[in-house]
Amino acid sequence: MSTATVEDLTEITAPKSFWNRQRRLGAALVIIGLIAAVVFGSLAESKTARFTLSEDAEGAALSINGQFGAILFGIVTIAAGGALLAGVAKRWQTWLLGLGIVTFVLSFLCWQVAGKFLPLVDTASGSLELALPLILGALAGVLCERSGVVNVAIEGQFLMGAFGAALVGTLATSVWAGLVSAVVGGVIIAAMLAWLAIRFLVDQVVVGIVLNLFALGVTGFLYERLMQPDALKYNSPPRLPEWRIPGLADIPVVGPVLFDTNLLVWLALILVFVIHFALRRTRWGLRTRAVGEHPTAADTVGIRVRGLRYMNVLLGGVVAGIGGAYFTLVSTSAFNKNMTAGAGFIALAALIFGRWTPFGALGAALFFGFAQKLANYLSAVGSPVPNQFLNMLPYIATIIAVAGLVGRVRAPAADGVPYVKS
Amino acid sequence: MANDHIDITVEPGEVHALLGENGAGKSTLMNQLYGLLQPDEGEILVDGEKKVFRSPRDAIAAGIGMVHQHFMLVPVFTVAENIALGAEEVRGGPLGFLDRRRNRRDVLETSKKYGLPVDPDALIENLPVGAQQRVEIVKALTRDVDLLILDEPTAVLTPQETDELLAVMRSLAESGKSIVFITHKLREVKAIADRITVIRRGRTVGTATPDTSEDELAALMVGRDVSLEVAKGPAEPGREVLKISGLIVEDDRGVRAVDAVDLTVRAGEVLGIAGVQGNGQTELVEAIMGLRPVRAGTIELEDDSLIGRSTKQVLRSGVGYVPEDRSLDGVVKDFSVAENLVLDMYDREPYGSAFRLNPKAIAVNAAERVEQFDIRVSSPQSAVGTLSGGNQQKVVVAREMSRPLRLFIASQPTRGVDVGSIEFIHKQIIHERDNGTAVLVVSSELDEVVGLADRIAVMYRGRVLAVVSPDTPREEIGLLMAGITGTQEAEDDQ
Repeated sequence: MSTATVEDLTEITAPKSFWNRQRRLGAALVIIGLIAAVVFGSLAESKTARFTLSEDAEGAALSINGQFGAILFGIVTIAAGGALLAGVAKRWQTWLLGLGIVTFVLSFLCWQVAGKFLPLVDTASGSLELALPLILGALAGVLCERSGVVNVAIEGQFLMGAFGAALVGTLATSVWAGLVSAVVGGVIIAAMLAWLAIRFLVDQVVVGIVLNLFALGVTGFLYERLMQPDALKYNSPPRLPEWRIPGLADIPVVGPVLFDTNLLVWLALILVFVIHFALRRTRWGLRTRAVGEHPTAADTVGIRVRGLRYMNVLLGGVVAGIGGAYFTLVSTSAFNKNMTAGAGFIALAALIFGRWTPFGALGAALFFGFAQKLANYLSAVGSPVPNQFLNMLPYIATIIAVAGLVGRVRAPAADGVPYVKS
Repeated sequence: MANDHIDITVEPGEVHALLGENGAGKSTLMNQLYGLLQPDEGEILVDGEKKVFRSPRDAIAAGIGMVHQHFMLVPVFTVAENIALGAEEVRGGPLGFLDRRRNRRDVLETSKKYGLPVDPDALIENLPVGAQQRVEIVKALTRDVDLLILDEPTAVLTPQETDELLAVMRSLAESGKSIVFITHKLREVKAIADRITVIRRGRTVGTATPDTSEDELAALMVGRDVSLEVAKGPAEPGREVLKISGLIVEDDRGVRAVDAVDLTVRAGEVLGIAGVQGNGQTELVEAIMGLRPVRAGTIELEDDSLIGRSTKQVLRSGVGYVPEDRSLDGVVKDFSVAENLVLDMYDREPYGSAFRLNPKAIAVNAAERVEQFDIRVSSPQSAVGTLSGGNQQKVVVAREMSRPLRLFIASQPTRGVDVGSIEFIHKQIIHERDNGTAVLVVSSELDEVVGLADRIAVMYRGRVLAVVSPDTPREEIGLLMAGITGTQEAEDDQ
């Protein structure tokens, strides 16, 4: 008697749904491409749009007729969407999706910039600066959530960090003392999060929200009682110095953006690399991921689940605290009540949009930073497009990401689940 | 109290079976030995030396390894990462860079040494359960264990895979390792154990040798004589009640879990579905119940199509349903027994209307059902969560059998249920059949399927490979469960 396994049986095919993910994305691109080509194209003035390579209207520039550009890039978006609809090979999908989105943005820019100019260096460095707290906040989230603790308290950590930096920075008249106390501020919130979530198993989202309100209340109170009456004594921190690296800073566009800037930019970018590498290639990273995915499995091979979670939440507090320092030591030089204004939540959005990975978070943060910078630009040039639309972008992007339109978004399996020994 | 003054001694090089019913306290005992739970009293001696295990770390250090009933593997990690976890080879001192090459080599060495083939680079979530179990065993062996505890290791295996595992256990024992084999399956105990300790309700009730007969072991385990056979008369199949054809259903990941299945269940017969867990049985039943969308094919209850119907509509059209995960889908643990008994009919007279409940009718119904289904409960107002698994399951069965039924579907009807309740539930199922209801029983326990069914459909990778009579030799059903069909024979039949 010969035997055969089931694999040898003939394959029976079910009617596969035509509207798979690729086709849905393709259709979406075609639609926004049409909007770009028709609406942007018809609204755009037929004047030259100048994208200058310097920080102002002078010097070399990339120029294009605004109306022509809006229509051209819109058509490219439609073409990218069409290719996805037609069903191209898998490895091209991401590229086509990226191309479609970039050309849509370019079409929009051509419409808005027609007859005006957009300084590229200023846009890039401004985007990076606005993205800076988002990068750090999202990295703090990566550290916490990869080990299984949901961190909704990034906003609170920012506020405490910003406040600590302003207060101690002023008192000690040292920007470095300010930076250290920003870290302390972030760690205080992180410690409370860890203690309540890991030790007392309180719902982590609830704890996060409570801590945000706590940070808002405490810093708001101290601001009104301490800083407002005597701002000179308590609320005039020094600015973080900007350093220029000779040679590298002379590279066009990239140079002034990356090599003529403050310490936090470098720190944030280095941290992205370090955390990415550490998560994948070190013992700490392997254990962190194991604890975030399957804590019981980690426990049964002798890993201290709770200890590791404490450590990671506190490390997250350090990073988020540095992110808070941005607000008082870089962006402005004074603390203000609720000055973070929801940046912590956008950082959380960047974390999710970036799929819980350091580089994903970086990309998402830069994207959100760019949107914010563009919103500022539009209101400055008096664009008819309400800048609130662009400010909504991080949230809309996150909703789209969570809805599963841009690849599968999968949180660590044990994210938010307290570990209790059975 | 889960364990009450238990004594157990395991010698080097022996396979020691720990036999007991579900809930007898076997796993609790071994979790103490592995440092996951702390004993309130008593001591653990390893090689004559007293040890206290505060965590699995201490147990591992003392040379104890454990393969848990639910695998302790991170699904998104590779095999090598899972095995290395907790005992990683690192470079760079305190920075601890993973030495992936050495981790990989260690895995391959152990795998080769004990003849347990594993692919170090495969992702756990892509491996079949049999392979995952090998990974678990290799994981324990790389840690140089002297004592290996296997907690219900055969629950997820086909009969053939079980035989392979038993052979591995034997060869490990011959190399001088001690094995504790936790199970409730008598056949396996007799096949492999050198010594048997039987546990009942947290106490040691006896030790036995493999020569002891299955009936005697069963009596020790349960505490009285039990009949392992299900008593039933011949079936009298009538009209076709459930007719499924060309059914295709996908699982949560979008992988085809039920693949072109054709089945019919007739009134007055039990169709059993055998198969190793995870071969599409769950998705099949969920599709019938309207809990999972159907990709293609038809499901007909007599002349009505069930496709696109809500679960409520399916239930109200005369289908009884015992879900496989009782605590998740079968009962609401914080609700009382009385409330759980009317979960399906709470909005119908006499139990209630659209706006209110009728507590009196609910209480009357509860009293009747508790009596009729022998539900052991102090009061029908107690929360279901306080009942034993067997009594909880009786609540589910009682509720589902209280409507006029055309079709009764029972998924894993006796999982985590004590032997006494198993007998009772089996009798009820046969009783329902004899009343002319069509019955569909899904179970990963082959004994249960063989005992109850009048016809057995064997599922493998989403397909029904064959529909056979319960008199078919076990080995043949076992081969089918492993996906091996006798094509020669099938051709001869045509």
